[in-house]
Amino acid sequence: MTITLNHFSAAAVFALFASIVFGITHRETTREMVKYGLYCFAMFLGGVLVAGWAMWVLRK
Amino acid sequence: MANSTTEKTKAAEPVSMMSVVAPAVGWLIPGAGHMIQKRWIRGGLLFVSIATLFVLGLLMQGRIYKANGGDILDILGFIGDVGAGGLYIVTLAADWGQGAIAFATADYGTKFMIVAGLLNFIAVADAYHIAIGKKQ
Repeated sequence: MTITLNHFSAAAVFALFASIVFGITHRETTREMVKYGLYCFAMFLGGVLVAGWAMWVLRK
Repeated sequence: MANSTTEKTKAAEPVSMMSVVAPAVGWLIPGAGHMIQKRWIRGGLLFVSIATLFVLGLLMQGRIYKANGGDILDILGFIGDVGAGGLYIVTLAADWGQGAIAFATADYGTKFMIVAGLLNFIAVADAYHIAIGKKQ
């Protein structure tokens, strides 16, 4: 069995699971864990989008 | 005199059974270090996250690194992979993850497995901090 993810979905899957682990391991309370996990997820995906658009601009 | 000696011995010995067992079990099975300390939800989420990332890496035809001591990047890849503990051992035993990287997302798969191992190292450290009482 083989899975082929495109670039964005691979980045999104990576961001999701890495954010869950970061949230749990880097904060003390449940509320802080959820907030930090969401923050990491937004930063990961935001970084991907910004980098993608930056490369599009540079290529033009 | 005897009491002060005993107290000094206790102060210099912060190692409890759980502080050794939890990281070891957590390395072997991701999230298990939290589960044996009754952090069921955290342990379950860590297991699902790390195992899914590792298995997805395998399914994307990612390559697993071995301890061959060759190129420095191979050694770093091995250190990352070995962090996944039991997942890495099973993968090696079953001879999975040996294919040549033929397309771009297969390289992502390789990175997924390395990151899963590195995330498990963080989870192991967290289990240790819970065991010594540094974290709730």
